Amino acid sequence: MGRVVVEVMPKPEILDPQGKAVVGALPRLGFTQFSGVRQGKRFELEVDGEVTPEILAAAREAAATLLSNPVIEDVVSVADAAAVPGEATGTPVNA
Amino acid sequence: MSATEPVPVAAAAGIAEARIGVITFPGTLDDRDAARAVRLAGAEAVSIWHADESLQDVDAVVLPGGFSYGDYLRAGAISRFAPAMAAVVDAAKGGMPVLGICNGFQVLTEAHLLPGSMVKNDHLHFVCREQSLVVENAHTAWTNEFRRGQRITIPLKNQDGQFVADERTLDELEGEGRVVFRYDGWNPNGSRRDIAGITNERGNVVGLMPHPEHAVEPGFGPASAEGPRAGVDGLTFFTSVLSSLVHA
Repeated sequence: MGRVVVEVMPKPEILDPQGKAVVGALPRLGFTQFSGVRQGKRFELEVDGEVTPEILAAAREAAATLLSNPVIEDVVSVADAAAVPGEATGTPVNA
Repeated sequence: MSATEPVPVAAAAGIAEARIGVITFPGTLDDRDAARAVRLAGAEAVSIWHADESLQDVDAVVLPGGFSYGDYLRAGAISRFAPAMAAVVDAAKGGMPVLGICNGFQVLTEAHLLPGSMVKNDHLHFVCREQSLVVENAHTAWTNEFRRGQRITIPLKNQDGQFVADERTLDELEGEGRVVFRYDGWNPNGSRRDIAGITNERGNVVGLMPHPEHAVEPGFGPASAEGPRAGVDGLTFFTSVLSSLVHA
């Protein structure tokens, strides 16, 4: 079973109200190191077989048409999870 | 205050045959109110389910407010691919009047019938208030019975109401007179250039965040000079479209 990971971020010029709220909360927990936060989205698209170039092309198209809105967001990456170190199993890093 | 029943405005004027569709998506909230507004204006309200491929030969369409698909992904992003929306896009390109209210406005931007997009309110709070607006364009299918510069009050209630677009698009909207409504007095969500509603080049498609369908009947609207809950400024949207259909 294969997996394509798509990451979408708000455009730099668009104010990100959610990121702003998060950066406001961090110092309350003592995290004073972080001066800015931007919050994006990560999608995991599963396929029955392996991730072929055609599957990746379809994922790029889905990312541009449904998973993101180009007026407010950028697709920052579309990748085969198997090709990204640590992504193949989807194991959380805090596990 | 008069105790008489509200007389449907267009029926009184003898233009009662118009049929206006109201689309219901999963999670739409204000379809009943929109249908009631259509009837109060004197037209027939036709319910259209999002999975319908036909618009049943209606003369105009309203995309009401709510939280279609729970605003998952982005507000309006999933509804935009509903079968009924393919028919709406075709009809809009052919000149049919289309009004998108709140979530309906978000669906229209996702469907690329109107430019820009809506993001979360700049202050992150849900807003629910009686909102004063300035009418900037009184020539669209949905605003032709207003006057340019007229101030109207209708309810505003949303979480993702901040209208955004790049500077070039904003300049184009301003230059072509396509800003239809601006927030008056206070910008409730951080919308660029105080924009509350816009139209397409042809003036048949209008989208706005505030809710005209909640200000159509005395006793149930916002406060007005006539008294508490007496405001019916929203009814003019629906009588405007009837008059644009008659003169089409």
